[in-house]
Amino acid sequence: MTITTTRRTFLIGATAASSSLFIGLNASKSWAATTTETELNPFVKIDADGTVTAIIKHFEMGQGTTTGLTTLIAEELDADWENIQVQFAPANAKIYANLAFGAQGTGGSTAIANSFIQYRKAGATARDVLVKAAAQKWGVETASITVENSILKSGEKSAHFGEVLEIARTITPPAEPKLKSKINFKLIGKETLRRKDSEAKTNGTAVFAMDVKVPGMVYCCVARPQNFGALVKSFDKSDASKIGGFIDARTLPNNAGVAVYAKNTWAAKQARDALRVEWDLSKAETRSTKQLEEAHADLVKKPEFKATKNTDFERTDKMLQNAAKVIEGDFFVPFLAHEPMEPLNCVIEPTPTGVRVHDGCQFPSITKPTVAAVLGLKPEQVEINTVYAGGSFGRRATTTSDYHLEASLAFVAFGGTTPVKLVWMREDQLAGGYYRPMAKHKIRAGLDGDGKLQCWDHRVATKSIIKGSPFEGALVHDGVDHTSVEGIADTHYAIHDFSVGLSDLQSPVPVLWWRSVGHTHTAFAMETMMDMVAREAGKDPIAFRKELLSNGTKDQKRLLGVLEMAASKAGWEKELPKNHGRGIAVHKSFNSYVAEVAEISVAEDGSIKVERITCAVDCGIAVNPDVIKAQMESGIGYGLGAMMRNQITLSDGVVDQVNFPDYEPIRMSDFPDIDVHIIQSDENPTGVGEPGLPPVAPAVVNAIFDATGKRYTSLPLTEQGIEFT
Amino acid sequence: MKYQLSVNDEKKEVEAEPGTPLLWVLRDELNLTGTKFGCGVAACGACTVHVNGEPVRSCQTPIEAVEENKVTTIEGLEDRVSDAVVAAWRELDVVQCGYCQSGQIMSAVGLLTENKKPTDEDIDNYMSGNVCRCATYQRIRAAIHLASDKLEG
Repeated sequence: MTITTTRRTFLIGATAASSSLFIGLNASKSWAATTTETELNPFVKIDADGTVTAIIKHFEMGQGTTTGLTTLIAEELDADWENIQVQFAPANAKIYANLAFGAQGTGGSTAIANSFIQYRKAGATARDVLVKAAAQKWGVETASITVENSILKSGEKSAHFGEVLEIARTITPPAEPKLKSKINFKLIGKETLRRKDSEAKTNGTAVFAMDVKVPGMVYCCVARPQNFGALVKSFDKSDASKIGGFIDARTLPNNAGVAVYAKNTWAAKQARDALRVEWDLSKAETRSTKQLEEAHADLVKKPEFKATKNTDFERTDKMLQNAAKVIEGDFFVPFLAHEPMEPLNCVIEPTPTGVRVHDGCQFPSITKPTVAAVLGLKPEQVEINTVYAGGSFGRRATTTSDYHLEASLAFVAFGGTTPVKLVWMREDQLAGGYYRPMAKHKIRAGLDGDGKLQCWDHRVATKSIIKGSPFEGALVHDGVDHTSVEGIADTHYAIHDFSVGLSDLQSPVPVLWWRSVGHTHTAFAMETMMDMVAREAGKDPIAFRKELLSNGTKDQKRLLGVLEMAASKAGWEKELPKNHGRGIAVHKSFNSYVAEVAEISVAEDGSIKVERITCAVDCGIAVNPDVIKAQMESGIGYGLGAMMRNQITLSDGVVDQVNFPDYEPIRMSDFPDIDVHIIQSDENPTGVGEPGLPPVAPAVVNAIFDATGKRYTSLPLTEQGIEFT
Repeated sequence: MKYQLSVNDEKKEVEAEPGTPLLWVLRDELNLTGTKFGCGVAACGACTVHVNGEPVRSCQTPIEAVEENKVTTIEGLEDRVSDAVVAAWRELDVVQCGYCQSGQIMSAVGLLTENKKPTDEDIDNYMSGNVCRCATYQRIRAAIHLASDKLEG
C-alpha cells in the first residue's frame, strides 16, 4: 500500500472526463458520482481496473486515521481491505472540514467521531451506484446483487467495480444513502484488521515533510532568540559565511529571527550555529521558572474568574469551616515540550498560481490563510500537499501556524521565487516554546462526620492556551478559558458544594495544547486529590469514587463501567506482593471514559518501578480495536515519561534543556506492561488519541502512596527525589 | 571533497564537506530518506544504519569514517533476519507515526543478528538507545520476540 500525495490527481486536474469514478460531495453538499474530477472533491475514487481509493481528510500523525477512515468507507462499500488505496485530501475546508470544528484540521481526538457517519455515507453512496450499474448491465434486480471484497455478484455473473463504471457514471446517487446496521459490520470492530500505513513505515518509503525535496530548493535554519519575545537588533555573518554550502543570512521580516540559507541541511545548521546575533530584550521574558512558579502561587490564592455557574467561594468556605475534616492539596505541573520524533519542518515552493506547502499539516484551515497573509496571496492560492507527520502530540497545530509562518517569512526574505525548506533542529524545538503550560492547583475538600465528601474548593492558575487565538470565541466564556479547567469544572462527581476558580498567568512564553490539553493537569489534581480524600475518609479509593458516581447519569454509568472493568482486570481485591502498591484513576476526556490501575514496586534502595498499567476504555463503538489499544498504550507511555522526568525550566528567561539528554524521553527499559480492555458499546465512537493519558500520572502517584505512604503532588517525580528503575 | 561510498551494495560517489555526518549524506545527497534525523547527538537512534553489519548512529559518523566500509540503510535490508523483523513489525502493527521505526528496525536486526533468542532484559539493554515518542515499546518488544520465533521456526 502506498499513499500517493500527488495533488494533481484531483485537486487541479484537467476538466476532461477521466476513466475513474469519483464519489463525493458536490457544490450543493449532495452526494454525487462523476467521472469529471473537478466537479466535486471526492471521498472515494474508483479506477477502471476496480481499484478503490479512500480520500482521507485528516492528517496521519500515527493515531491511525488513514486506517480508521478507510475502514468506514470499506465497510459500507464492501471493499477488499487488502487492496483499498489511501490518499490524503487536499486543503479544502468547504468539503473536507472537520465536522466538529467547521474547519479543516485534526485535533481534540475527533477524527473518527466526526467522520463516522460521513465516511460511511461516502462508502454507501459508492456501493449504491455500483450495484445499480451492475443491475442495469446484467438486467437483474438490485436485490439479487451481493458485494464482497470489491466484487459484484448476481447468480453466475460477477464483475469488479471497474467493469460497471461506464453505467455507474450515469446513475444519480440517492439523496440519503442507506447505511448498514451495526450487526452487519464486517470490518468495523475487527480486531485483526491491519494498519494501512504499516508497510510504507517499515521499508523506508513513507514520505514525511523532512523527506521532501523539490528542484532548486535551498535549506534553511533560523537563528532564534534565547529569550521568548526578543527581537533581532543586528547580526554578523562573517563566521557563518566560512561554512561550506552557506548561501546567505537574512533577517526575517518580523524581526523574530535570522534565516540562514544553505545548500544542504548540515550546512544550514552549522552556518546558523556560527551566526552572531544581537537581540533586543526589551519585550522579552527574562524571568526564571522559580519566579514564574511564585507568580502562579500568588495567582492561585485569588481566583480572577469563576469557572462554574455555581461557584461561590464564600459559601464553600463556610461549608469547609463546618466540615468534620478538611483535606488540602497543592499541585504543581511544569512546562512540557511535545517533542514529536520528526523535528518541525516544511517546504514552500512557488507554483504558477501561488505556492505549495509540503507538510504533515495538522490544521490546513489555519495554515492556508497564515501563509497567504505573509505572501500577499488569497488563501486559495496556497496549496497544501499533506504528507505523513512524524508525530505531533499537539505541536503541529499551533494557533499561529508558527512554523509555516516562519517558513513563509524565510521564503519571502529569500526573494519569494526559490523553494525553501525550513528545518528545525531538536534544540530549536525544545527551546522553541508552545509548551504545555505550567500550572498550580490549590484544593480544599471537606468531609462530614461519616466520611462523606461535602465540599470542594478548587483554584487553578495557569497561562491560557486559547486567549488571543482564533478559538477564543468558541472556548472562552466569561473570561474562563475552558481548556484551563476542563475535567474539573465539568466533573461528573456529585459533590454537594463545588467551587472552581481560575487565574491566568501573563507571560511571553507561548503555550499550547499538549496531548489531552487541560486534562494533562486537571486529571492529575482531581484524581490525586480524590485518592487523598478517600484515604482520609478511611475508604477504599474505588468505593469512594463509586459513591460520588451513583446518581445514575449516563456519564456516571460509563465512568463506573470503566472503573469496574479496570479494577476487575487488575485484580484490585487481590493481595499484592510485598513492596508493591496499587493506585487507580478515572477520567472522562474527549467524550471517552478511561480508568487505569497502576501497579508499582519499590526496590530496597527506594527506587520505583512502574510494573503494569491496566486500562479500561469506553470510546463508544470500537471502529479499529487494535488501533484503540495502540492509542491507549501510546497515551499512557507518553504521559508516564513526562510524569517521571520531563520539565522545561528557564533561567533568566533562557530554556535550560538543550537536547534529549536534558529532556530524557521514556525508553524501552522504563516501559511497563500495559493491558488494555475495551468496553463493548453501541454509542457512536469518541476520541482515543488523547484520553489514555490523563489517568496515568494520578494512578501512579496513588500507587506510590499505597506502597510507601508518601504523597507526591508535584511533577516531574524525579524532581521530588524519586528514582525510577 | 569527493568520497567513494558503498551503500546498499552500490558504489556511490558523493561531493561533501569534510566531516559531514553520514546521515546528511544519505538523506540530502543520496536521497535515501528512510534514515531519519531525530536529535543529531546520538540520543534517539532514529538515524541508525549498519556499517559492516553493525548498527551505528549515522548522525555521529563522519563521512570519512565509512569510506572503506559497507553501509546498509533500511532501503537496503535484505536477509533472513531483516525479513523476519519487518514481517513481525507488520504482523503486530508496531508503527504509529513511523518516524523512528527505520532506526528501531535497524537496531532490532542488529540485536537478532548477534543474539537469536534475546530476553526482555537483553531487549531493554540493546534497544534503549532508540526513542519512540509514540511509545510503541511494548509492541517493539513483542515484535522482536516474534521475529526471534520466526527465525527459530
